[in-house]
Amino acid sequence: MNKTITLACGNGGEENNELIRDVFYKAFKNDILDKSEDAAIIHNGELAFSTDSFTVSPLFFAGADIGKLAVCGTCNDLAMMGAKPKYLTCSVIIEEGFQMRDLERIVRSMKKELEINGAIVVSGDTKVVPRGSVDKIFINTTGIGEVLKKGISSNNITKDDTIIVNRDIGCHGAAIFVAREGIEMSSSLQSDCESLYPQVKALLDADIKITAMRDATRGGVSAVLNEWSRQSNICIEVQEESIPVSDEVKGICEMLGFEATALANEGTFVLAVNHDDAERAVEILKTFENCSKAAVIGKVTDTHLKKVVLKSSWGTSRFLDTPSGELLPRIC
Amino acid sequence: MCLSIPSKVVKIDKENEIATVDTMGVQRDASLSLMSEENINIGDYVLLHIGFVMNKIDETEALESLALYKEIIEAMNEEDRRLAILEAEKVNGEAREAALGHECSNQGD
Amino acid sequence: MAKPERLPWGMSVQTKETKMELELKNLYDDFRDADTIKAYAKIIKKDAKKLENPINIMEVCGGHTHTIMKYGLPQLLPSNIKFIHGPGCPVCIMPKERIDHAYVLSMLQDVILVTLGDMIKVPGSNGSLQDARSKGADVRFVYSPLECLKIAKENPTKKIIFFAIGFETTTPMTAALLDAVIKQNIKNIFFHINHVTVPEVMRELIDSRDIHVDSYNNKIDAFLGPSHVSVISGSKIYEEFPRDYKRPVVVSGFEPVDVMQAISMIVKQFIEGRCSLEVEYKRLVTYDGNVKAQELVNKYFEKTDLFKWRGLGNIPKSGLKLKPEFKEYDAEIIYKDVLPLGEIEDHKLCICGDILRGMASPPECTIFGTACKPTSPIGSCMVSSEGACAAYYKYGNLV
Repeated sequence: MNKTITLACGNGGEENNELIRDVFYKAFKNDILDKSEDAAIIHNGELAFSTDSFTVSPLFFAGADIGKLAVCGTCNDLAMMGAKPKYLTCSVIIEEGFQMRDLERIVRSMKKELEINGAIVVSGDTKVVPRGSVDKIFINTTGIGEVLKKGISSNNITKDDTIIVNRDIGCHGAAIFVAREGIEMSSSLQSDCESLYPQVKALLDADIKITAMRDATRGGVSAVLNEWSRQSNICIEVQEESIPVSDEVKGICEMLGFEATALANEGTFVLAVNHDDAERAVEILKTFENCSKAAVIGKVTDTHLKKVVLKSSWGTSRFLDTPSGELLPRIC
Repeated sequence: MCLSIPSKVVKIDKENEIATVDTMGVQRDASLSLMSEENINIGDYVLLHIGFVMNKIDETEALESLALYKEIIEAMNEEDRRLAILEAEKVNGEAREAALGHECSNQGD
Repeated sequence: MAKPERLPWGMSVQTKETKMELELKNLYDDFRDADTIKAYAKIIKKDAKKLENPINIMEVCGGHTHTIMKYGLPQLLPSNIKFIHGPGCPVCIMPKERIDHAYVLSMLQDVILVTLGDMIKVPGSNGSLQDARSKGADVRFVYSPLECLKIAKENPTKKIIFFAIGFETTTPMTAALLDAVIKQNIKNIFFHINHVTVPEVMRELIDSRDIHVDSYNNKIDAFLGPSHVSVISGSKIYEEFPRDYKRPVVVSGFEPVDVMQAISMIVKQFIEGRCSLEVEYKRLVTYDGNVKAQELVNKYFEKTDLFKWRGLGNIPKSGLKLKPEFKEYDAEIIYKDVLPLGEIEDHKLCICGDILRGMASPPECTIFGTACKPTSPIGSCMVSSEGACAAYYKYGNLV
């Protein structure tokens, strides 16, 4: 391992996983942590518990801002374990000289998003540091949720499951990149940042047999599929042409050499549901405003365990690997 | 590195030698310093590479390539159809022979 | 009965009559069309049965290696047609000595080192530019060389050094930057030139392999000509290969349909007993190329006597440097005293040299995927996403 931390260590991909495994998991070792789920299940399986920090730059971008992101990020992690978000904390570290107007705008976004999730902020902390010590504002949110359906886990996926995605992928990563390049590029692209609890609730209410869910944040859909294949010791086979990608995201990917499956999302999640319920799950998701492209993208086999295989429509296959390198720093 | 991509010219700033190009809804500016002046017009398809327009795409050639591909696919489908018919006839022929052979051996009894 | 490859004039007229308008989407999707790929796979399989001997096709350009591996094209070819991956990745062939130059320059207090994104992970003796940056060096990765102009204006007290890399495709853009620097009288932009040229390395590969041909089974029978090098240089630069070396060259675009069509054209040359230079990528490549770009390059650059290619050694006349009259912009001259000299050997277990010559394939390397992988590359072929080892690692052993 390197002697200094490089930017790639925060990418949500290989280097990130290495850092977490070799430093943090090693020191904090326990059964709950080892499960590596989106949120920890504690208190006899009744509660879900998760934390996230937000350092996105720029602070305001098409479709969202750091405030909305801060609430969605943590609430979504709870929702992904089948839990209803209930209580959040909110800690901020603000750089001296930050505009009050911007802070108020960010907090307003957070309030709106909390309402969508039905959650409240019950505790927090505020620090102000000298100019240059942080880049404008960093936010941490920690959340507790009430588990509505037990047993949802990325370690339990089997051949009885079908892999589904709730909407077209890559929008957040692509939107951040466009926002950063600001002057030179212009596009109608928007981040997909959105609270996922309403969609999860709809699926649970309809009794969909959900095995696992994970939102495809840093590292994108390919990181999720690889994590699942390793955690559940399975092979996930994906039909490349069935993965929904919007034209605008395709355009950015072409231009910059990215693969949409490696781009971060903040309102897109992958589900493993029982075969029998796959079609119904897709129908339910499609009723949500931004999910018209919800689709089945793959199945579970045992051909290449712990790997993800991408199949083309002309009969060739290749592995889809966990992204590595510094794709897009500071995207969430 | 070799990331050169087809884009469409939507605006030209002759004075600053810059074209605005569109790639699937994403627009960006590109330098025209590698292209001769009279050559580029709005609506042209060009190849974009690291912020420069590298060359104009010859539309006639592109369309001819696409037409060729259509032809090849049709020829391939024809071939497949022909082979499928031959195969079907072969199978029928064998079935007929088997049936006749059976009749003959029946009659022979 | 074989269909003619070239359409009669009448077909073009018919195209106009059916009013097919070319849309941008066509230029992407139609050259990746599954049915067309499958159709060419069938044609190639059929024609390959008539080949007297198996053939090895070298794709020179890293972009082609990427397309071939990403779309799984070797899985579609019969066993008597194989790819040999060439050294067409200008980052991969950058010798350690020159990466060390970049590292050393970036660590200078008043320098902002600017280069293209591909250079980020390339490891030198002390680490990569990514490592330099985490140690406090001001390194900027840009999409276009022209971004240097803005950086220079925003940092008037700093020296902006553009570390220029790339084949003929990218050289004109560096020339255009220098042109702008001179016209705008900018005094704080300098250049470290690492541009290399394709025909020299193609010649070197053939020459050096012919010496070894008895010891190895693989020899290069034909070339898949680079797409975008050829857009700039024109197809004329490959004439010597069919003429003097009896190797057919087909200049190919780099969508999967382009590559399959080009392979089909190569196979047809062999079964028809021809050996010539052909262009598949007709929509962008002409014989003469982009003359204005060539003139810009010739205005500012000249060939170096030797350029060392990582894994391949010194290849004569294969690199470019600024002409003497522009030495005030040449970082290699200005910073001569701080730039490290001396040759650096590659890692002894690294067989990149053999891989770049097409004499070995990545899985045959003892450190492939273990000590040497994209997050910790040891050899040149793993360093850039277009290197053969990186492509094999990423797209896996299924191909």
